[in-house]
Amino acid sequence: MVEAKTEVIYQRPESFTDVHTHYCPGCTHGVAHRLVAEVIDEMGLREKTIGVAPVGCSVFAYNYFEMDFVEAAHGRAPAMATGIKRVLPDNTVFTYQGDGDLASIGIAEIMHAAGRGENLTVIFINNAIYGMTGGQMAPTTLPGMKTTSSPYGRDVELAGYPLKMAELLAQMEGSGYIVRRSLHDASNIRKAKKAIRLAFEAQERGLGFSMVELLSSCPTNWSMSAQEALGFVEEKMLPVYPLGDYKVTPALQELRV
Amino acid sequence: MAKELLKGNEAFAEAAIRAGVEAFFGYPITPSTEFLEHMARRMPKLGRAFVQAESEVAAINMVYGAACTGKRVMTASSSPGVSLMMEGISYIAGTEVPAVIVNVMRGGPGLGNIAPSQGDYYQMIKGGGHGDYFPIVLAPATVQEAVDYISLAFDLAEKYLSIVHVVVDGNMGQMMEPAELPPMREISDEIPEWAVRGAKDRDPNILTSIYIDPEDEEITNLRLLRRWKEVEKNEVRFQEYQMDNPEILVIGFGTAGRVASSAVRDARAEGIPVGLLRPITLAPFPEGRLEELCDQVQRILVVEMNSGMMLDDVQKIVKGKVPVEFYGRLGGVTPLPDEILDEIRRVSKNEGEISGDPRDEWMDRLEKMRTGDQ
Amino acid sequence: MAVTGWIEVDDLYCKGCGLCVDACPQDVLRLDMERLTPKGYHPAQMTEETCTGCGICAVVCPDAAITVYRKTPQRQSRKAAGRRT
Ligand SMILES: Cc1ncc(C[n+]2csc(CCOP(=O)(O)OP(=O)(O)O)c2C)c(N)n1
Ligand code: SF4
Ligand code: SF4
Ligand code: SF4
Repeated sequence: MVEAKTEVIYQRPESFTDVHTHYCPGCTHGVAHRLVAEVIDEMGLREKTIGVAPVGCSVFAYNYFEMDFVEAAHGRAPAMATGIKRVLPDNTVFTYQGDGDLASIGIAEIMHAAGRGENLTVIFINNAIYGMTGGQMAPTTLPGMKTTSSPYGRDVELAGYPLKMAELLAQMEGSGYIVRRSLHDASNIRKAKKAIRLAFEAQERGLGFSMVELLSSCPTNWSMSAQEALGFVEEKMLPVYPLGDYKVTPALQELRV
Repeated sequence: MAKELLKGNEAFAEAAIRAGVEAFFGYPITPSTEFLEHMARRMPKLGRAFVQAESEVAAINMVYGAACTGKRVMTASSSPGVSLMMEGISYIAGTEVPAVIVNVMRGGPGLGNIAPSQGDYYQMIKGGGHGDYFPIVLAPATVQEAVDYISLAFDLAEKYLSIVHVVVDGNMGQMMEPAELPPMREISDEIPEWAVRGAKDRDPNILTSIYIDPEDEEITNLRLLRRWKEVEKNEVRFQEYQMDNPEILVIGFGTAGRVASSAVRDARAEGIPVGLLRPITLAPFPEGRLEELCDQVQRILVVEMNSGMMLDDVQKIVKGKVPVEFYGRLGGVTPLPDEILDEIRRVSKNEGEISGDPRDEWMDRLEKMRTGDQ
Repeated sequence: MAVTGWIEVDDLYCKGCGLCVDACPQDVLRLDMERLTPKGYHPAQMTEETCTGCGICAVVCPDAAITVYRKTPQRQSRKAAGRRT
């Protein structure tokens, strides 16, 4: 007998609210949000998760996740998350931060959270620019890249070089899982999701600080179409920010998800 | 319980522990460091959270996070450290979560020195951080009082979802003084309904200080102001000394108030009709009481360890009804009882109005005294 | 037997960014230029019947606007069905 079974291959994650996001069309912030929500659903963590939103375009992340959330000061999400996790060690705590937030104003907080091995998960959106304030240079801006505050292109003699956070944080003994992934196409998005899963698994297993750096697009401030922006990630960002596993603690290496 | 001989900072820290503080986040700075060191010794043993943060910026943001869970949390620092905390303090105020901050004030501005000072009066009382908010400020004058008021600070913070600053100075932080600690209080297992602990069997809680629509921010500002009005109505605290028909009123807080009380006692012994008003809550200021006293006294002398910051508030309340004079030491210098006694004697002979800013004459007197000193 | 799939695009979320259109390996998606969502975007829509239900469009969609369904024809014996329960 031949029957046809209808499967739902994909649907909106339960950990999402029914809210239209404020992100620009085609901005991969939305993809990153969705992956986090999917992982939290799959691991059944929603009811014990506390998210920490940053200052940046994702400042309103708390409106989109169906879970407890706090909103940090610019760059301080890892400190705020530390405060939460230290008094609620059994809860799942994650921060979601942009590159200005994490790699510039909040670099002390992120380095020390990793240094202390805080059992937190950090989702780090590297879009090489300050999105929310209208496209200024970020510490992650590519050499030569034009922004509103590097109008002639980032001159490394004057403005220095991009900060490579995954590489830096992997140096910390307290780090359990530090990887870089990209959101520029479906297969990379799938890999990014797996990484986010492992990062949360690391936290659930008490394996220390975990961070997934996600190369992300900002079509608006790069003045590109959504599709062109993904091309920019692939062609221009990947060579500067190689994808890879920068630190995977042995206990995680064996884990299959 | 019997009195113990305790070092100020350690007594304050232990008082917080007895009051049920569940997390301490701090960064070393003289003259408050023993507070952090005491917490480092005690908190882990009690299974409570202690983190030596990478900076005061991080420390206050850890306090912010932990406060959002509805647990009792605090930090302690000293002036330059508290300056760094102002960002987090403003966020905590805007999010309306309770937190207690102890400031063991030292001489400034800048790196200044580590000597006792009251130079942070404006920063503490007027807010310090950005935006419209109203911290409660307690200014104890003895180790015992600080011990008692640290407990109260947590209660007030929770009752009014407010920042509570406890301001002391290096004198009190370093002083060995007998004090009685309260018994260890059980940690409350009550969870405030706003706390973030995971959205299980309820809608998510969101704690934020953003109100992107100015109308919403205005509503929030008004809510904070209304709450502050309640604080003003219910929580004014002060102490009076030698208030038997005083003609001269000395006003001083903290260490300056304590030194002034010896001077007032000695002046009374000389037959000078002088009394002391020592505000314990600097915010809310004992405004009503001072207004009443304006009708009873002929002259007021404000004594501070700064350039006359509370003086401004006093003058605003006195509204010229009574002449107000000032005596202060600055930069980490603590006035001696005799200096204040001399001032009381001088003021008792003065009559008539004071022309202009009372600080002008005081500066001249102080400079003369200083050159005479040498 | 052919695997058939289809998708639904939720107007509440779709921002007409076109990323799904570009990503679809079957080239069955277009932005509907005749229609605007309540937020004022031209939403994505299916224009051909040859969707395989691969889910790629949903994976790249930044707004979780797409639900993907697949009809899988399968041989099913009563015994096998019984074992599944
Ligand atoms: C203390 C402070 N300084 C500056 C700002 C202004 N500001 C808001 S967002 C932002 C940059 C955000 O960029 P990024 O972290 O890269 O996030 P994105 O917007 O690109 O997602 C800045 C500088 C602020 N809110 N607070
Ligand atoms: S400004 Fe850039 S980062 Fe921000 S939402 Fe728009 S596209 Fe995304
Ligand atoms: S990717 Fe999503 S938001 Fe963009 S057009 Fe397709 S359905 Fe709409
Ligand atoms: S499920 Fe696959 S084939 Fe169908 S529309 Fe989406 S991308 Fe195209």
